[in-house]
Amino acid sequence: MSPRFARLRPLLIWLAALAGCVLVIVHTRFVADLSAFMPRTPDARQQMLIEQLRDGIIARLVMVGIEGGDAASRAALSRGLAAQLRADPAFLGVQNGEAQIEALDRAWYFDNRYLLSPAVTPGHFSSQGLHEAIGRSIENLSGNAGILLRKVLPRDPTGESLALIEQFAGSSQPHEVEGVWASRDGSRALLLVQTRADGSDTDAQAALLDTIRSRFAALPGQSADSRLVMSGTAVFSVASRERIQGDIHRLAAISTLLVVLLLLSVYRSLRLLLTGLLPVLSGIVAGIATVSLVFGNIHGLTLAFGSTLIGEAVDYAIYFFIQRAAGIDARSFWRTMWLGVASSLAGFTVLLCSGFPGLAQLGVYSMAGLVAAALTGRHVLPALTPETLRLADLSGLATRLDRLIDAARRLRPALIALVIAAAAWVAWHGDALWNRKLNALSTVTQAEQALDASMRGDLGAPDMRYIAALTAPDSEQALQAAEAVGKVLQQEVRAGRLGSFTSPAAILPSLRTQQTRQAALPDEATLRARLAEALADQPLRPERLEGFIADVARARQQPALKRSDLTGSASALAVDSLLVQRAHDVLVLMPLRAPAGQEELDTRALEAGLAAAGLKNVAVLDILDESTRLFSGYLNEARLLVGGGMLVIFLLLVVALRSLPRALRAVAPLACAVVLVTAGLLASGTSLTILHLIGLLLVVAIGRNYTLFFDAGSHTGTARQREQVQVSIVVANLTAVGSFGALAFSKVPVLAYLGCTVGPGALLAFIAAAILSRKHDADTH
Amino acid sequence: MKTRPLRPVRDGLRLVAGALLCSAGLLAQAAEWTPAVLLEQLAKQKSAQGTFVEKKYIALLDKPAESSGTLSFTAPDKLEKRTLKPKPELMKLDGNQLYIEQAGKAPMSIALGSYPEVAAFVDSIRATLAGDRKALEDNFRLALNGSAAQWKLILSPRYSRMSDVISRVEISGSQAEVQKVAFELPDGDRSEMLISRSKP
Repeated sequence: MSPRFARLRPLLIWLAALAGCVLVIVHTRFVADLSAFMPRTPDARQQMLIEQLRDGIIARLVMVGIEGGDAASRAALSRGLAAQLRADPAFLGVQNGEAQIEALDRAWYFDNRYLLSPAVTPGHFSSQGLHEAIGRSIENLSGNAGILLRKVLPRDPTGESLALIEQFAGSSQPHEVEGVWASRDGSRALLLVQTRADGSDTDAQAALLDTIRSRFAALPGQSADSRLVMSGTAVFSVASRERIQGDIHRLAAISTLLVVLLLLSVYRSLRLLLTGLLPVLSGIVAGIATVSLVFGNIHGLTLAFGSTLIGEAVDYAIYFFIQRAAGIDARSFWRTMWLGVASSLAGFTVLLCSGFPGLAQLGVYSMAGLVAAALTGRHVLPALTPETLRLADLSGLATRLDRLIDAARRLRPALIALVIAAAAWVAWHGDALWNRKLNALSTVTQAEQALDASMRGDLGAPDMRYIAALTAPDSEQALQAAEAVGKVLQQEVRAGRLGSFTSPAAILPSLRTQQTRQAALPDEATLRARLAEALADQPLRPERLEGFIADVARARQQPALKRSDLTGSASALAVDSLLVQRAHDVLVLMPLRAPAGQEELDTRALEAGLAAAGLKNVAVLDILDESTRLFSGYLNEARLLVGGGMLVIFLLLVVALRSLPRALRAVAPLACAVVLVTAGLLASGTSLTILHLIGLLLVVAIGRNYTLFFDAGSHTGTARQREQVQVSIVVANLTAVGSFGALAFSKVPVLAYLGCTVGPGALLAFIAAAILSRKHDADTH
Repeated sequence: MKTRPLRPVRDGLRLVAGALLCSAGLLAQAAEWTPAVLLEQLAKQKSAQGTFVEKKYIALLDKPAESSGTLSFTAPDKLEKRTLKPKPELMKLDGNQLYIEQAGKAPMSIALGSYPEVAAFVDSIRATLAGDRKALEDNFRLALNGSAAQWKLILSPRYSRMSDVISRVEISGSQAEVQKVAFELPDGDRSEMLISRSKP
């Protein structure tokens, strides 16, 4: 093998690997929904919650608002947009309150009242039952609704349609202006759009949202200030992804620029600069490709991590160049380097154990990225760099730095005192240290949340905080179960423990119930005889009720109602969202509302009540509580993992340095940095989220390189070499502080949390490492 | 054809009569009695309470359906009708929101804008009590009979959306006191509400 080939071989392997990675990346799907930050092996309840967040109809609903112009033009635009979207098969349903659609729903409840009304029993149609029911209806005529009810009475004297309407009384309906749905103040026309694509398919959702926007933009009759607003899970996902991607681009540009400027001022060579960035780029490419291969997709937040990798991977090149220029023995240098990489890997390995795909992705990404960056630094950089490197003369800087570090050592007692005080202060916070709210990581802005809440309120959409959920093998059994649950819930409503609930069976009863109701209806002759008896002392003559007799006769014969009979109505949307067809079974969701004037529901008591009635497999979920608990579990796990990671790093150092005191000295600055950053975050009013924790792990991983090199510098080499090592650490530190510092200004909370933890943390780790470094070791050489 | 030659004469007479009426109005403003004046007087009433008896004459039934209770109005847009017999019921109108409470049922709140047929009923009473001429004239043509001591304000719906459910509303009273509200429905059914005002 020629020496030339030996030199080229790593380059060729590297290029081939890069090409392979790029090939994988081209086929990678980028996701941004919250589900990656949900546990992988959840319990049944959490599974239900995640499914709803990811695939449920809730995730497929887009709330659309039209603002600007006058009410008439908004209504016209609403009709125009609805017509366009209804013609598009990508949308399953479009509701905007238009009369012909509402008429479908009204007709459903009126025409099918004898199959839908829970009041239909044999007793209800006995002479006595008819007497009471019709008597009530006549009494109702004296009430305020009398004028409206008198029209219905001849066909519905027993008041079934009224009973049906009352089932939905708890859920308020949207306001209507100019014949279409509008916000409460009338300033915004509203539409509810259901997409065919799953909520988790962010690409498809993004395309659909664009379709809605372009269809709207192309509508005639726009005013100068006509505009479209949208909200919903899909809108959030798409917006989050755009925001994350936008931030990645912007921040990557800023931190790259910072790093480039810094490196350029040190290297004074474009060639060195470009080669210096190779490990970083290789790391990012390898990281994305590996995550894609392992998980099948990559989360936007994992990707955002890319810019943070610059912080650690660029250090490899910096250490390599400066220390090579200083003539430090490559073997001793790489020994230190590999120790650093190994301990970082150990730190990130623990993330792989996480039950949360999001965290595991971060782990895989970081590990693959670091290994690739280190390998590139070890094998590719030497091939591209001259044996003797001539860097700009940094000796002036190095000497000044050395003196500065010397002076800093005098601050040791002050630092120790400060760290102890900070540690005590952090400990005093106890559990208040942690932020357990799920939305702490949400990329959704306050304004978007406010828009969502206002549109949701205006549309009367259930907030879905409380849900009774159950599964059944098929929809008939699911509906029967929903009816059984409904009976128990009805008692809870009467007892005042529950405000109201929504059941799919109220819109579409089970076949069995429909047949039972049909069987309860008397034949025509019997009905006539009973009516004559029932009306004997009423101011209503039986001959006025021919419509009723005809309707009952028809109801006895009519075929049972099916889901397909609902097509096109708003009720179809309601049934589909409450009766969810899944791969192997049917999921029933029954939203519950707390009684008026009460915020919370006692889910345990409801569950116990259901269990007592023999309905044991019904889960009563408090989504807020579940998600908080979910996140809390997530946080606890991350705490354990990050703690474990830090411990592994420490143990590795003990083994590698073969000395407990040296290892302790190596980790002391890291401990200082972690304590001080935590205290700083608390002082600025930030409680720690999972991302802060990951940030602390990164502080340890990055800071550990500083302490290792300080340690190496103090044990080997000449005073000049030690100075060069110190310069390389300063440069590495500044790049880390710069690239993470840029993250701190991100609009995406996740990135900002990382940035404001790692940026200051890296700086503090360096300062602490300098203050705690041992001069006498160096002097002995 | 016959009247044509007389037309200038009649127009002239009308002109004279108009002028006379005008000057009479100028001379004795208090005697002038137009919807505007009535509504202005009503607008001065910031609140009113009373009891009512309502009879609905419905062809379907052999005798009128009767109910009674209390009524209260607070300017500008709060109207509360509390039915005590035969079945307790509360109807509150506040702004555009209609709130209905019936014994043994969950309270219901609806937006008036979504139910023009309901709005036709409640808005005609409320706007009259509030003396809100604009709200009335937006939806009805107004005619006033009688004198300040005993007047009758007749509201005829302007638009078919409303006239489909209500053919005419007659509100009668004395001075700034509303005593009777009668609705006539397109199919001949009607409803009459007699109000007796409580002494403040």
